[in-house]
Amino acid sequence: MIELENAAYSYGGAELLSDMSLQLGAGSFHFLTGPSGAGKTTFLKLCYAELVPSAGTVRLLGQDVRQMDRDDVARLRRRVGVVHQDCQFLDHLSLRENIALPLEVSGHDMNADSINLDELLGWVGLAERARALPPELSGGERQRAALARAVIMSPDVIIADEPTGNIDWEMSLRLLTLLVELNKMGKTIVIATHDLNLIRATKAEVSARVLRIANRRLQLAGSDL
Amino acid sequence: MSAQRPSRGARASAPLHALIAAVFRPSGRADRVVPPTGFTARLTVFTAAAMAFLGVFALALSLATGRLAERWGAELARTSTVRISAPAGQMAAQTEAVVRVLQSTPGVRSARVLEDDELSALLEPWFGPELPVADLPVPSLVEVIEQGEGFDAEGLRQRLAAEAPGSVLDDHTRWRRPLIDAADRLRLLGLLSLALIAASTAAMITLAAQAALAANARLISTLRLVGARDTFIARAFVRRFTLRAIGGATIGTLAGGLAVLALPSADAAGGFLTGLGFQGWHWLWPLLIPPLAGLVAFLATRTAALRTLRGFK
Repeated sequence: MIELENAAYSYGGAELLSDMSLQLGAGSFHFLTGPSGAGKTTFLKLCYAELVPSAGTVRLLGQDVRQMDRDDVARLRRRVGVVHQDCQFLDHLSLRENIALPLEVSGHDMNADSINLDELLGWVGLAERARALPPELSGGERQRAALARAVIMSPDVIIADEPTGNIDWEMSLRLLTLLVELNKMGKTIVIATHDLNLIRATKAEVSARVLRIANRRLQLAGSDL
Repeated sequence: MSAQRPSRGARASAPLHALIAAVFRPSGRADRVVPPTGFTARLTVFTAAAMAFLGVFALALSLATGRLAERWGAELARTSTVRISAPAGQMAAQTEAVVRVLQSTPGVRSARVLEDDELSALLEPWFGPELPVADLPVPSLVEVIEQGEGFDAEGLRQRLAAEAPGSVLDDHTRWRRPLIDAADRLRLLGLLSLALIAASTAAMITLAAQAALAANARLISTLRLVGARDTFIARAFVRRFTLRAIGGATIGTLAGGLAVLALPSADAAGGFLTGLGFQGWHWLWPLLIPPLAGLVAFLATRTAALRTLRGFK
């Protein structure tokens, strides 16, 4: 699904990530940890083609990101769902419209397709909030809505950048349960977090691999987690 | 440093006519996603209206000077004058000789000696009315009307010099050329003004589109994140700006047309400036201004949008 081979990323002459090699297979579950500023978000951006490596190779769903043009990137992002910490909603659209946004931009006919938006809203527990505008939602509701938007195209990979950063523990577990469910459905999950309790809770449910970024390099985390 | 991605949307897009047709097709999806663009909308309508208003006048100027050049050219090209300056005793003989030569010259339809009252009328602007032309050493004038391909001016000059040494043929070339040149220059200025108006419209709409795109940076970033292609995002902006430009230009064209209609009639006053306007089927020309404004807006907004979107990942 995601393959990095000696990949590096530099910005403004400074190398932010060096010599990263990794293969994330289909249906795997990965956590990405590391101190703030270590490059977790930069790493994730390489994984959904927001950034192009300055050295080495990054292959996403079999495609070398260097060979992708802008339309290829757009198509890729319909197969890779992304959940941002700040969710990136459009405030003038309702929650339902925000969740349906990937369908809108890819030209899907919501009536003809088998996608059941109401079912999805129910799955993330937001059926009652469908008409609410994003500023009216709590942090937990926003994160669950962002997850619903990320999965509406039934992507192969779901990438979440600090999805529990702004929500309480109970809501974090609720979100985690949804991600574990998706993983059990065969989706590849990559989550950047510094919440070790969340990682421990997940490892009790599924076989998750923990990666750590330190000194610009990627390492497998120790067994103390 | 990260590499710049090529944009297939800009490189291998659909034919222009298909893209323009898409502007008029209701685009619920893209229109729903992009919120109203506030002041840039009003700016576009105002700019298009003002430029269309000016465009109507530039067009009227261009067409009027075109007509003028043709009329002056045609009128002056068909007539010539022979001026006879001779001592009083020889004036009648030389005038008769001139008329005789002219009547036997191929390409001359008629030759007529101007009467005293006609000479008075010609001199009136300088000497006032009731000028005693008969008592003054005023040259005699013969008006020559041409026919067919006209006459050989050089050959006629030589024959006149032989038969009536005091005669001078004026075929109006030295009057006609500067007048036609002036009219042609004015017509060119009118067309240049139209081009400048189109370029200014494109520049203003480009600025307005860029402002709208910059104000929607977060929206564009989100749309890219969820898999929107550049053409999808650009479509909403292009459609809005094109339709606004057409709407504004229609208002401006109507106002400009009414203003031209309100100009004094050429028949009543007879001067050049009062002839500024449209005649006959020329009234159809201003109808091209709104679609042209739409085309300019379409190209300007699409170029600006696709260029700006390349700045987003």
